Amino acid sequence: MAAIFEPGFFSSPPVRLALLVGGLVALATAAVGVLTVMRRQAFAGEALGDVGAAGGSGALLTGIAPLWGFLGLALAAAGAMEFLGVQRARGREVATGVVLGAGFGLAALFLYLAATDSSATGATGSVLFGSIFTLSDATLPLVAVLTGLTLTIVLGLHRPLLLASLSPELAAARGLPVRLLGALYLGALALAVALAAITIGAILSTALIVGPAAIALALTAHPLRATVLAALIGLAAVWAGILLAYDSFYWPPLHHGWPVSFFVVVLILAGYLATRRRR
Amino acid sequence: MFSGFMTDAWIVASLAALVGGAVGFFVVLRGSAFAAHAIPNGSFAGAAAATLAGVNPLIGLGVFSLAGALAIGGLGRRGRREVATALTLVFMLGLGALLLGFSDQYASQVYSLLFGQLLGISSAQLAPTAGLAAACLLALALLYRRLLLTSLIPEPVGLRASVTQMAFLVLLALATTLVVPVVGTTLMFSLMVGPPAAARTLTARPPAAIALSVCLALALVWAALALSYETDWPVGFFVGVGSGLIYATARGWGWGRARLGAGRAPVFGPSAPRGA
Repeated sequence: MAAIFEPGFFSSPPVRLALLVGGLVALATAAVGVLTVMRRQAFAGEALGDVGAAGGSGALLTGIAPLWGFLGLALAAAGAMEFLGVQRARGREVATGVVLGAGFGLAALFLYLAATDSSATGATGSVLFGSIFTLSDATLPLVAVLTGLTLTIVLGLHRPLLLASLSPELAAARGLPVRLLGALYLGALALAVALAAITIGAILSTALIVGPAAIALALTAHPLRATVLAALIGLAAVWAGILLAYDSFYWPPLHHGWPVSFFVVVLILAGYLATRRRR
Repeated sequence: MFSGFMTDAWIVASLAALVGGAVGFFVVLRGSAFAAHAIPNGSFAGAAAATLAGVNPLIGLGVFSLAGALAIGGLGRRGRREVATALTLVFMLGLGALLLGFSDQYASQVYSLLFGQLLGISSAQLAPTAGLAAACLLALALLYRRLLLTSLIPEPVGLRASVTQMAFLVLLALATTLVVPVVGTTLMFSLMVGPPAAARTLTARPPAAIALSVCLALALVWAALALSYETDWPVGFFVGVGSGLIYATARGWGWGRARLGAGRAPVFGPSAPRGA
């Protein structure tokens, strides 16, 4: 056992908090991710994460918790994308891309200001690539509430969202508010991206949204089964990533631990490559 | 503002705008914005690896952007294209994070690779940049008809669309190697989406749209450079936000024109905006 779990893994408070937060985040991202993959909106998730980086760095500048920054700007970006026409398949790429470009520009400014402000050293790394071991205890209740909210939207509206995602025309014919459902989905995606951003970093958040869901959908076509499977895969990837990062503390050449996000991303990519459907 | 190292910056930025504006037209037309975002962004891992190994970062950028383009094209041919793009991107970014962790200049490295260091351009970079820009434009000219045709008809007779798509991704990788080391990934992506998307809402004819896109990109880069020089704020900020403003203005213009009934909104290609 000691060979796998370095001493102190289960008794360290930061690790315990990281496992709890990471577990909750994996649930929220998996539930949203299955819809994201089905709706072919991986780019939207990526864009929300990058715009969220501006929020995270802005939050560091003003001294509020980064999660609020990620959340605020991701929701604002979701609104802008909705306004510019992300709901139509045509022009969706451009609407997403323009918001992404503008948001990334803002991130450039905030990170520049944070880098010149001595009180926020290390901001670039923690905002872009995550800092799950340095979360404060106050984050946990907030993460739990946001996870609950995300799951309520996605699972509560499971059937209408699924129909509106797979066949907007059919959903409209049945009297469903397709545009409103699209906006709600985008809001849930923004919540999930903000949660993923505090776990593995703003620009890597797409990995947790898209990866487990894509692996699950390669294994089963049933949406609910895929959601449960994606949650399990996400949970396994995040927890294994935390464990490997903890163990890597003594690995060369760093001797201060490899980043959690690196392990999570590698595990997810390996899973994707192993389960890709052969056609 | 126009002396010393700034002269080099003006030249390199203009070359970047020329290539970005022209290649960007096809990025928007073909709906390849995600790939255009992923290839430059992921390639920074290559620069990090090259810095760590002590070789020229340009080589690392070139190798990684090419590898990224091949992975996106190869994995995307079967299955979901955007999932393949997303996972290729995050893997390269994760690798970049690890490699930067190995070297000591953590924050400043990430920062300059992602958001550019336009004001640190040396005159030694001028020749390779100009050469790559010429290669990009030549490749674009050779592929022009193919790219246009496969953008309009998914599987035209006598043309392998997947081969064209792969060639286009390699072209994107080439443009990345040219633009990213000097101006950063933000600037590169913003140049390839905002100005061409704005141009396409204003004119339907491809040659006119390409010309307009290049002009807008040049104006954007020049304005951003001047503002950055005056304020000391990063160029990427001005280009990113300016690119959004240009697109919003063009959309507003098109909407106003449609409202006044002065003309029909141009429709060309599969991703043209419907109606106004």
